[in-house]
Amino acid sequence: MSLSSLAQQIHLWLLGHMSEQWTLVLEMIIAGILVISFFAVLGLVLVYMERKVSAWMQIRLGPNRVGPKGLLQSFADTLKLLIKEGLTPDGADKFLFNIAPIGAIMVSMLLMAPIPFAKDFQMWDINIGVLYVSAVSSLSVISILVAGWSSNNKYSLLGAMRSGAQIVSYELSAGMAIMTIVILSGSLSLTEIIQSQQNGWWLFKGHVPVIIAFVIYIIAVTAETNRAPFDMAEAESELTAGFHTEYSGMKFALFFLAEYVNVFIVCAIGAILFLGGWMPLHIGEWTAFNHIMDYIPSSIWFMGKTFGLIFLIMWFRWTFPRLRVDQLLKLEWNYLLPISMINVVLVTALAILGWYFK
Amino acid sequence: MFLINYIKEVAAAIGSLLKGMRRTGYYFTHHKEIITQQYPDNRDHLNLPERFKGEVVMPHNEANEHRCTGCTACELACPNGTIKVITKFDITPEGKKKKAIDKLVYHLELCTLCNLCIEACPSDAIKMAQTFEHSVFDRSQLTKILNNPDSKIMDGVE
Ligand code: SF4
Ligand code: SF4
Repeated sequence: MSLSSLAQQIHLWLLGHMSEQWTLVLEMIIAGILVISFFAVLGLVLVYMERKVSAWMQIRLGPNRVGPKGLLQSFADTLKLLIKEGLTPDGADKFLFNIAPIGAIMVSMLLMAPIPFAKDFQMWDINIGVLYVSAVSSLSVISILVAGWSSNNKYSLLGAMRSGAQIVSYELSAGMAIMTIVILSGSLSLTEIIQSQQNGWWLFKGHVPVIIAFVIYIIAVTAETNRAPFDMAEAESELTAGFHTEYSGMKFALFFLAEYVNVFIVCAIGAILFLGGWMPLHIGEWTAFNHIMDYIPSSIWFMGKTFGLIFLIMWFRWTFPRLRVDQLLKLEWNYLLPISMINVVLVTALAILGWYFK
Repeated sequence: MFLINYIKEVAAAIGSLLKGMRRTGYYFTHHKEIITQQYPDNRDHLNLPERFKGEVVMPHNEANEHRCTGCTACELACPNGTIKVITKFDITPEGKKKKAIDKLVYHLELCTLCNLCIEACPSDAIKMAQTFEHSVFDRSQLTKILNNPDSKIMDGVE
């Protein structure tokens, strides 16, 4: 049974038992609970994955004491964070200080809305999904700035300012990279973009320009989610964790969770735009092969692609050293932005002339 | 010209980044390279690298002889005053006075295991041991006398 038919059955069952308004309310509540529990599971899984990946890349073992193969390590850490005291420093702006982590997690929740997790399984199918995602994701810088400002700590403020400069500049090239796909598929709706990849993913159909756009997208979103090698906002060794230096307990955990959920979301968007979202892998005329691929559920395809990209971003983090602030801005303004501008022009020409595989 | 350099730079950057990723990718897939030791579990068959530095010791041979001449080079080399060489004067059979060590006091609690003393020693009298379970309940137990009681200097070491 697929996820969409399950959702359909729940919808019909609810409609059979109550009025339309109550169905809507109940469905909203169910979706909310699902999103929150998905967040929790995602946080646990990604933290464990990150620690294992980092350990293996650095010839270490990683967590291996709590539970079999250390699988319960992130549960133990969460428990620890839950029972820690959530300190608010004396000199801090109390209201802003406490509201910043909630803002961060809210932005991540909003971004979950338009993502199609499987075929016909999506919370909110809006016709401007791409625009919505890029607009809302830029709100995350506000919570970081607020956190840094209200902490009344120079490291926090420095981290927040760095992150502001970084997110604002890298959003440009991320936007350009997203635009190439919008140009090729001719739609801003995430569902339609996926539909346009029925006969092959854009990464394969679009020749070199789309590959360049994909690389630029991955670099830019790594910077946007503040992960190494672009983790200037946190920079443990320079800023003692930057904007969340003063946070502890659950408020720290919210920032931590928001970071990982954001990584998931940008990878999901990358998978949707370039790798066909939940579309199975189809190769031209190989009908038998295509049929086998169709048997794998669409949710598995989506998750597989997303986690593949997450692994790629983790691979970056544990391989490359952190950039300096000036190098960071130079990379964006001298390299990524000009290249992606030219790339957009190339893709436009490609789309007009129809020189991509159809 | 500018454009060629620009493209070259980008290509070189991508090349070197891929090189780094190939290395970490290799480690990721080759788990037998892992160097972490599961310490308390493998206490009986620890596999320490040769250059592991645990504490400074002075080896003695079966006749309870060491190679230390009492030259105090180690004391001078030590950046944080960990070693104190207390000398005495022995009377040789010919009736001459000869400098020798009475005690070589070593403060493990101050030592940073930097190896400078061992490099400074002209007669290879001290070396690093691989013991590392140093915790004790009383700080004074960390002050050690490296030469055995009644030990003598080896013949032929000047
Ligand atoms: S290892 Fe370094 S700190 Fe320790 S005794 Fe020798 S010189 Fe001093
Ligand atoms: S241990 Fe070596 S350097 Fe130190 S006093 Fe003895 S001979 Fe000299």
